Amino acid sequence: MRRWLPLSFRLLLLGALVVFLFWPYSFEPLLKPLVQQNAPAVYNQGSLLALTVQHLVTVLAATAAATVVAIALAVLVTRPFGAEFLPLSRSLVNIGQTFPPVAVLALAVPVFGFGEKPTLIALFLYGLLPIFENTLTGLTNLPRPVMEAARGMGMTGFQRLLRIELPLALPVILAGIRLSAVISLATATIGSTVAAKTLGEVIIAGLQSNNLAFVVQGGLIVGALAVLIYDMLSALEARISATMQAAHG
Amino acid sequence: MTFRIDKLGLGIGLLAAYGLGSPWATLRANRIVQGEAVGLFAALPLWAAWLVFCVTLAAGAIAILSVRPSTRLAAASVALATVCAGVGSAGGFLLPPDNSYARVSPASGFWILLFAFALLAADAITRMKPRPITRLSYTALAVAAILTFLFLGVWSELSIIKEYSVRADAFWAEAMRHMTLALGSLLAATIAGIPLGVFCERKVGARAIVLNTLNLIQTIPSIALFGMLIGPLAWIAVNVPGAAAAGIRGIGVAPAFVALLLYSILPIVANTVAGLEGVPGATRDAAKGLGMTSTQRLWRVEFPLALPVILTAIRIVLVQNIGLATIAALIGGGGFGTFVFQGLGQMATDLVLLGALPTVALAFVSAVVLDALIETTAAETGGKGAT
Repeated sequence: MRRWLPLSFRLLLLGALVVFLFWPYSFEPLLKPLVQQNAPAVYNQGSLLALTVQHLVTVLAATAAATVVAIALAVLVTRPFGAEFLPLSRSLVNIGQTFPPVAVLALAVPVFGFGEKPTLIALFLYGLLPIFENTLTGLTNLPRPVMEAARGMGMTGFQRLLRIELPLALPVILAGIRLSAVISLATATIGSTVAAKTLGEVIIAGLQSNNLAFVVQGGLIVGALAVLIYDMLSALEARISATMQAAHG
Repeated sequence: MTFRIDKLGLGIGLLAAYGLGSPWATLRANRIVQGEAVGLFAALPLWAAWLVFCVTLAAGAIAILSVRPSTRLAAASVALATVCAGVGSAGGFLLPPDNSYARVSPASGFWILLFAFALLAADAITRMKPRPITRLSYTALAVAAILTFLFLGVWSELSIIKEYSVRADAFWAEAMRHMTLALGSLLAATIAGIPLGVFCERKVGARAIVLNTLNLIQTIPSIALFGMLIGPLAWIAVNVPGAAAAGIRGIGVAPAFVALLLYSILPIVANTVAGLEGVPGATRDAAKGLGMTSTQRLWRVEFPLALPVILTAIRIVLVQNIGLATIAALIGGGGFGTFVFQGLGQMATDLVLLGALPTVALAFVSAVVLDALIETTAAETGGKGAT
C-alpha cells in the first residue's frame, strides 16, 4: 500500500511527459494563460522531443565517461601502488566541489570553443566528483573480516577487487552515479548559454522573448526527467542491495 | 642518506616540465581577436625567464624527491609566487609602447605551472594534517599574497586587470550584489529553515510533505526557476501596495533572491531535522530529569548538539549560492555572472575570467572557513558529550 501512491504518481508523471513531448499542443490550453495575446504558448523554434533526446544524450555521454574514469581513478588510488595519491585525491574532491558549475562551463569555453564540446567537458569534470568520492568511500570502508577471509582464501589482489571489493561497494557507487546524473541534468540546461543544444534553449528563448510559458515548459520537462531518473536509479540500487543481501543471507 | 622517489611528485614534476615547454603568454592586437602564443624565453626579460625556469626546476626536483611536507609546501609557495610574478612581467615586456589596444594574457604554460604547484601545495598541506586554525591561516596567507600582488600592480599590464580597470565601479557594484544575493538568501533561508526543521522534527506527519515539496523544487533547473519567478513577482509588484516601493520587480534582484532562497531551504531544514534526531535519547532523558522545560532543552541541549550538522548545511548552501548567484545575471539580477555572460557574448575570454575567478575564489574561501568552523564545533560538542 505504501508504494502504491508514489508509484502511481510517477507513472502519471511519465505519462504526462510522454504526451507532452509527442503531442505538445495538447497542453496548449494549460499554458495559454501564461502568455500575452498572440504569443505562442508551446515552444515553436524546434522540436521539444529532439531537444529532450539531445539533452539526455549529452547527460548520458558525460555521466558514462565520468563513471568509467572516476571508478578507474578510485581503484587506482586505493591500490598499494597508488597509496601516495590517496590523501591528495580526497582533498581534490572537496576543493573541486566548491567550483560552481557555471564557472567550470565558462572556463571551458575559452579552451574548447562554443557548442556541445565545452558542455560535455564541464559535465564530465563536474560529474567525476560525486562518483569518485562515493567509490572511494565504498572501497575504503569494506568490512575487515570479509577482506581477510578473501585474502585467506588465496585470492589475488585483482580477484579480490573484481569479486569482493567492487560488488560490495556497488550500492555506494550507484548512489554516486545517481547524484552525478541528476546534477548533470540540471547543469546541462546552462550549457545552452554557450550554444549547446539542450532543453536550456527553450528556457533561454523564454527569457529572451519574455515568454513565461517557454520558461515553465523547459523547466518542468527537466524537473520531470530529474525526478524520473532519480527514482529509476534509486529503484535499481534498492534491487541490487536486496539481491546482494539475499546472496549473503 | 638515500632519497626515495615520490610517485605523485613525479607526476607533478613531469607536468611542470610540460608547462615550461608550453606557451607562456598570448599577445593579441586587441581584446577579442585570436592571439599569438609566446614561449617563456620570448615573453620575459632574459633574467626573469631564467629565474622562472630555475625555480620551477628546483621546485619540481623537490616534488620528485621524497622530502618532508613542510619543505614541499615551502617549495610550492616559492614556485607559485615566482610563476605569478613572472606572468605579470610578461605584460610589461610584450606590450608595444603607445598601443592601448594590444593585450597580453597568461597562456597554457602559466596555467599548467599554476595547477602543478597548487597540487603540490595542496598535497603537502593534506599530508601535514593541519588543525583547522592552521588551515585558516594558510588560506589567509594565500589571500594576503594575492591582494599584495594586486596592490603592487604586479599584474596591472595583463588583460584581465585591464578589463577590470575600465569597469572598476561596475565590478565592485556587481561584487556587492553577488554577496548580497548569496549571503542574504542564506540568512533568510536560515531564519526560515531552522524553525521549519524544528517543527518537522516534532511533527512527523508534516515532515514528509515539507521535505518532498522542497525536494521537488530542487529538481527544477536554476535558470528555469529564476525565470518562473519573474511572472509572480511582477504580479506582486503591480498588485500589492508598497511592494514596488520595497524594490520588488518582475526582473532583477527579487526573483534571483527568491530562487536562491527556495534552493537554500531544503538542506537547512533536512539537516536541522537530522541534527536534532541525532541527539542521543539518554541525553534528552537526562535533560528531562534535570527538570528542564521543552524550550530549555531545545536551546541548551538539542541545538548545541545539532549545531555541527546544521553548520554543514550552511556550508553547502553558501558554496552553492555563490555559484548559483552567477545565473542571476541572465534575468537582470546582476552579480559576477554579468561579466561571465557579457564575456561569453563578446567572446572576450578575460572578461569571462573577471567574473569566474572571483566567484571560484569566494566559494573556495567560504568552504575553507566553514569547514574549519564545523570541525571546531564538532570537536567541542564531542568533547562535552564525552564528559
